[in-house]
Amino acid sequence: MHDFLFGIYPYIALSVLIVGSIARYERDPFTWKTSSSQLLRRKQLIWGSILFHVGVLIVFFGHLIGLLTPIWVFDALGISHGAKQILAIVAGGIAGIMALVGGGMLFHRRWTDPRIRKTSSFADIAILALLLIQLAIGVGTIFVSLQHLDGHEMTTFMAWAQGIVTFDPNAPDYIANAALIFKLHLFIGLTIFLVFPFTRLVHMLSVPIRYVTLRPGYQIVRSRRSRPLSQRVQPQAPPTAPGTGPAE
Amino acid sequence: MSHLLDRLNFFQSKELEQFSDGYGQVTRENRDWEDTYRNRWRHDKIVRSTHGVNCTGSCSWKIYVKSGIVTWETQQTDYPRTRAGLPNHEPRGCARGASYSWYLYSANRVKNPLIRGKLLRGWRKMRETMPPVAAWAALQADPILRARYVETRGKGGFVRATWDEATEIIAAANAHTTKTYGPDRVFGFSPIPAMSMVSYAAGTRYLSLLGGTCMSFYDWYCDLPPASPQTWGEQTDVPESADWYNAGFLLLWGSNVPQTRTPDAHFYTEVRYRGTKSAVVSPDYSEAAKFGDIWLNPQAGTDAALSMAMGHVILREYHLDRQAEYFEDYARKYTDMPMLVRLDERNGHFVAGRMLRAEDFDGQLGETNNPDWKTVAHDTATGRVVAPNGSIGFRWGEEGKWNLEERAQGADTNLRLSQILEEDHDEVVAVDFPYFGGAATDNFIKCDHPDVLTRNVPARRITLADGSEIRVATVFDLFCANYGLDRGLGGDWATTSYDTDMPYTPAWAEKITGVPRERIIAVAREFAANAEKTQGKSMVILGAGLNHWYHMDMNYRGIINMLVMCGCIGKEGGGWSHYVGQEKLRPQTGWQPLAFALDWNRPPRHMNSTSAWYAHTDQWRYETLRAGEILSPTAPEGDWDISLIDYNIRAERMGWLPSAPQLKTNPLEVAKAAKKAGKEVRDFVAEQLKSGELEMSCQDPDAPENWPRNLFVWRSNLLGSSGKGHEYFLKHLLGTDHGVMGKDLGGEGGVMPVEARWHDAAPRGKLDLLVTIDFRMSTTAVYSDIVLPTASWYEKDDMNTSDMHPFIHPLQAAVDPAYESRSDWEIFKSIAKKFSEVAPEVLGVETDIVQVPLLHDTPGELAQAQVKDWKKDECDLIPGKTAPNYVAVERDYPNLYKKFTSVGPLLEKLGNGGKGITWKTDPEVQHLRDLNGTVLEDGPSKGQPKLDTAIDAAEMILMLAPETNGEVAVKAWQELEKPTGRHHAHLAEGAHHTKIRFRDIAAQPRKIISSPTWSGIESESVCYNAGYTNVHELIPWRTLTGRQQLYQDHLWMRAFGEGFVGYRPPVDLKTVTAGINDDAADRPHVVLNFITPHQKWGIHSTYTDNLLMLTLNRGGPVVWMSEVDAQKAGLVDNDWVEAFNINGALTARVVVSQRIKEGTLFMYHAQEKIVNTPGSEKTGHRGGIHNSVTRTTLKPTHMIGGYAQLSYGFNYYGTVGSNRDEFVVVRKMKNVDWLDQPATGKVEAAE
Repeated sequence: MHDFLFGIYPYIALSVLIVGSIARYERDPFTWKTSSSQLLRRKQLIWGSILFHVGVLIVFFGHLIGLLTPIWVFDALGISHGAKQILAIVAGGIAGIMALVGGGMLFHRRWTDPRIRKTSSFADIAILALLLIQLAIGVGTIFVSLQHLDGHEMTTFMAWAQGIVTFDPNAPDYIANAALIFKLHLFIGLTIFLVFPFTRLVHMLSVPIRYVTLRPGYQIVRSRRSRPLSQRVQPQAPPTAPGTGPAE
Repeated sequence: MSHLLDRLNFFQSKELEQFSDGYGQVTRENRDWEDTYRNRWRHDKIVRSTHGVNCTGSCSWKIYVKSGIVTWETQQTDYPRTRAGLPNHEPRGCARGASYSWYLYSANRVKNPLIRGKLLRGWRKMRETMPPVAAWAALQADPILRARYVETRGKGGFVRATWDEATEIIAAANAHTTKTYGPDRVFGFSPIPAMSMVSYAAGTRYLSLLGGTCMSFYDWYCDLPPASPQTWGEQTDVPESADWYNAGFLLLWGSNVPQTRTPDAHFYTEVRYRGTKSAVVSPDYSEAAKFGDIWLNPQAGTDAALSMAMGHVILREYHLDRQAEYFEDYARKYTDMPMLVRLDERNGHFVAGRMLRAEDFDGQLGETNNPDWKTVAHDTATGRVVAPNGSIGFRWGEEGKWNLEERAQGADTNLRLSQILEEDHDEVVAVDFPYFGGAATDNFIKCDHPDVLTRNVPARRITLADGSEIRVATVFDLFCANYGLDRGLGGDWATTSYDTDMPYTPAWAEKITGVPRERIIAVAREFAANAEKTQGKSMVILGAGLNHWYHMDMNYRGIINMLVMCGCIGKEGGGWSHYVGQEKLRPQTGWQPLAFALDWNRPPRHMNSTSAWYAHTDQWRYETLRAGEILSPTAPEGDWDISLIDYNIRAERMGWLPSAPQLKTNPLEVAKAAKKAGKEVRDFVAEQLKSGELEMSCQDPDAPENWPRNLFVWRSNLLGSSGKGHEYFLKHLLGTDHGVMGKDLGGEGGVMPVEARWHDAAPRGKLDLLVTIDFRMSTTAVYSDIVLPTASWYEKDDMNTSDMHPFIHPLQAAVDPAYESRSDWEIFKSIAKKFSEVAPEVLGVETDIVQVPLLHDTPGELAQAQVKDWKKDECDLIPGKTAPNYVAVERDYPNLYKKFTSVGPLLEKLGNGGKGITWKTDPEVQHLRDLNGTVLEDGPSKGQPKLDTAIDAAEMILMLAPETNGEVAVKAWQELEKPTGRHHAHLAEGAHHTKIRFRDIAAQPRKIISSPTWSGIESESVCYNAGYTNVHELIPWRTLTGRQQLYQDHLWMRAFGEGFVGYRPPVDLKTVTAGINDDAADRPHVVLNFITPHQKWGIHSTYTDNLLMLTLNRGGPVVWMSEVDAQKAGLVDNDWVEAFNINGALTARVVVSQRIKEGTLFMYHAQEKIVNTPGSEKTGHRGGIHNSVTRTTLKPTHMIGGYAQLSYGFNYYGTVGSNRDEFVVVRKMKNVDWLDQPATGKVEAAE
């Protein structure tokens, strides 16, 4: 069971995440959106959304970097495991609380406002609930971590995560002795990957960075031409009498 | 190819083209997503159709079809242009029309034939052993089986059925009713043929071949303004909307143009840019009020006071102190003002009596034909009394002198308008005028003037042929006296000052209406000043709101007087614009033979619905208004103080009003008896009526023989919309749960009728079978026994016209009727077919006797110069003269279907016509043979033109009507030239070769051709304007004097004080009784006047169940109330309230608005009880509709018949269903109960 959950299930979840996201992007591009309910009610949204998103982004990137950066990099930089763990606990704790508070506000708003409740799908409510549970458990792990601040347990998770992405068949073994709460946290995390393509979370993949970096212009013209005008071969214009030619 | 791969463009050039110094940028990203939006608006075809909903808009629409589904609609933009200098019509439409396609596939669509389950169970049981008619008879004979389905009406329990079974039940019921009681017990109610004339005709053609009763609607809706036939002899004729643009002064009176005439409101906007001034009269701050340069907000129901005061000002300043030449000339030529009225002595004073006639004089003034119908005046040149051309006596029995030329006896005349000059009168006499202002209830301002006001009038003494010397006055002089104007003759009740509080000065009107006198004077002055400068281009646009009061004639005639005083009628840009619905069936004379089967048998059976429903829903049993309460103090001697139903019975007996049913005995049996006795039907019936062997049905509406047994309702929502006294319909006609809270006269110990027979126990459930044909599950459908699914407006071929523009629009089948629905034409065809199969069980070729009243536009309108009742032995019973006529009509029941589907032979035998003229129409019938094909199979229809499809039927209308066939138009005008002796055919000669076919109007809207059926013309130089041909072609109005009739001299008119116009406050209907609000003590409430105008959120006035429209408002029934009243009743916006009186109760949310005037409660018309309506606390039944708190009340003056313009015509003259004098108690609901449990639970358990 342990092997399945932490050796096979990650691959199922990641496959569904990748294939599902591509399929949805191809087949149902009009569903690829945030489904914002801002039009229905602004109240509670601004604080909730900003707290939630900032917190979650910090937590997300913290996990990404923390889990997937090879251990030798930290060693080379001279960051002790203990110090890294403290960093993770402090930064992750603050961000996690932010996300939990923000997410709580969002959930309350979604659940109690009759118009938003009516226009919410099952997936909208379920994914928010799932994220909140995951956040709560994540914050809960801090209390376990505080029992042993040597950073060893953290390295086992890093080994597991890096084992998964490097197709190491022994990956599940690294965390065989982890506390139950960590295992639960991992399982729910994988489940979020699994359901990702079926929820509004896909909007993560469409962060409109282009507006910040690539589009300085105020007016965008989407050309129907396949290549820029400068690269096209101009057709030879037929000779015309002066004054009657097409005005370019 | 793939959205993802397309974005993986790492190897493509990243060079970006820029422009505008880098502020603009060209990208080359994938644009396939745009196709989604392109496909969203892509479609397979566009079909022209319109909305058949009694909306004057009559807009042409593009219907978009995609994959066999109607997807949406947009406005057509290909109307023919108007002439130069006039804005174009298009685009025409509104959000309500644009929401219609929702219905086609909505959950509310009727998809299959539905039959009440309990009825079907009983029917199938009987049908196992019996043939159809016997099975129906057996079902009706079993009181338990009948009661079982009758009592569940409105409580669900429908089951799906096949077309075959449904039509068989209907056919069997019709056949059984015809055989047992008579064909006139089969009723059909469908309104407004102009909204879909073929669909209307389908049902009435079936009924007319059967001998059934076609019920009227225009009068029942109270949209018919009786003032119009009273004044002009015209049902209603009005200027087209484009003519608003020609007006110099526009007075909007109770009409909410932007809200209810949306597609044409642009003309109103545009003309204001041209500099036209507009005044708006409306108690509430309506959308139209925002358009006005000046807004007058009188208390609702007091409009006549306002118009009388304005008339007072106009007369004073433009006719008396200074005579505007144009006005005076107009009054002399086109009004009855110069005509002489005899003054009858009464208590030492005089009262205005009958108009003098040629017969009163020595040698009858040389007139031998109809001298009793020729009115007289003084000729200024000779000083002699003459009978000028044009009065109605010239219309019948002679030729060439029925015109408005200023001639009499072949010599030129100049009629004397007034006898005010010393040399023109012999004496000044005191004439009594009734005044009703003191009759106001506590809810209105009561004034303390006496009920008789004596004024001085210049009179002449004249010696008549019988040697008697009488005093006479001109209508003009009496008219001025009636307005309380002092002309130097003195007297207590005449004044020269506007500030005197005396009827009908502006100061007096200020007190009654609440409108400041300065405003009244300013509007009157500007109205008249503009009319004088522009020769009549002052216009009044009025809505039916004014017409829904009991004394609507006064409201309307007060305004008409203003228009006539200023010479505005018949003038482009001027006149009386009463817009209420699609009453204008432009190709009327082509449609009548189709609709009433006049090609097979004449006459048809027509009934005025107001009188019929009043009797058959037993509303008369609860009547709280006695004739004595509305009688004039100057009434001649007579037994006037009787019940309103008594008046109606007398009117029917004297041939004034139609009857349905007609005779208590089955007319098929009466005909057999006549044959047995070897007598003509007419004579036989007359004898039997006199002897009492036969009895007219009207005397005993509650006898089972006289009940309406079968009722078809199609194109209508009778119970959810127009059914005034809704709860009485439920109680007595349908026999199901109801909310009537009052007791009848028996229970109240009221004064009983003298003519109507009283049954102590009122019948419940008179109808054996109620069949509704609709595309949606309306309130009426919910109460029916059988519901047949019909095609929607985008699924059938039909035609549609309006008074707002001169075009004929088609309805077309953009897609086939969805689900199992069929078009109305096909439905009645299948009923006719089934009837022909079923009927031979009991019926063969039969002789029917049809009772016909004295009709308008026939010689019958000259029948009764004096009121004499044969029943009281005041005269002999002569059918067609002193009583209705009785005509034998052959009915070939087994061949009914063959007749239905072919054009019959009578058109070639008797011709076609309308409005008193007849023309031969053989070539047109031959053209129809060529166009539609000829019937080949044997039978009565062999060799006749086919009428198979709805388009065939449409072609019949278009071929026969002068409006759509130039050849017929020329013929019709030529026929009119005979009585008038003037040339008219030039009006149509330019269009001689125009023949409009169905495919033509499908291609583009077509303007119609000028026709003598109407009083305006279609022309490139003027807009359509009512009365235009009267003024410009000198064709007389179809009234007693041939002129605009401002004095009504009929005995009953004088008795009820309406010879001249006066202010009459709303009547007291006594429906908010002390007992009704029994638990009032602990609950704050307010008593308000109940008003039902037309709304913005329903499709015209008819449908309020469209979710798209409901979403824009509050999603269900609402009432509107002022902030002050809301505070009194402790209400805040959006509270659930209940409004009730003894008629019933309704529930709604309240909209609290500054817009509403204190004292009134608005409930927009026709909000269905099928959407979001909770149960009433008072009645315990579901909500109720706007008509749950109303009850109709008849007015005797509308019953007058056989007297020139006061003669009955179908939807033309007759009783009207007023409903605005009603008051209700309004209070907050304690419990909002949705009655979600099954209603039939108890009944089922008991079984």
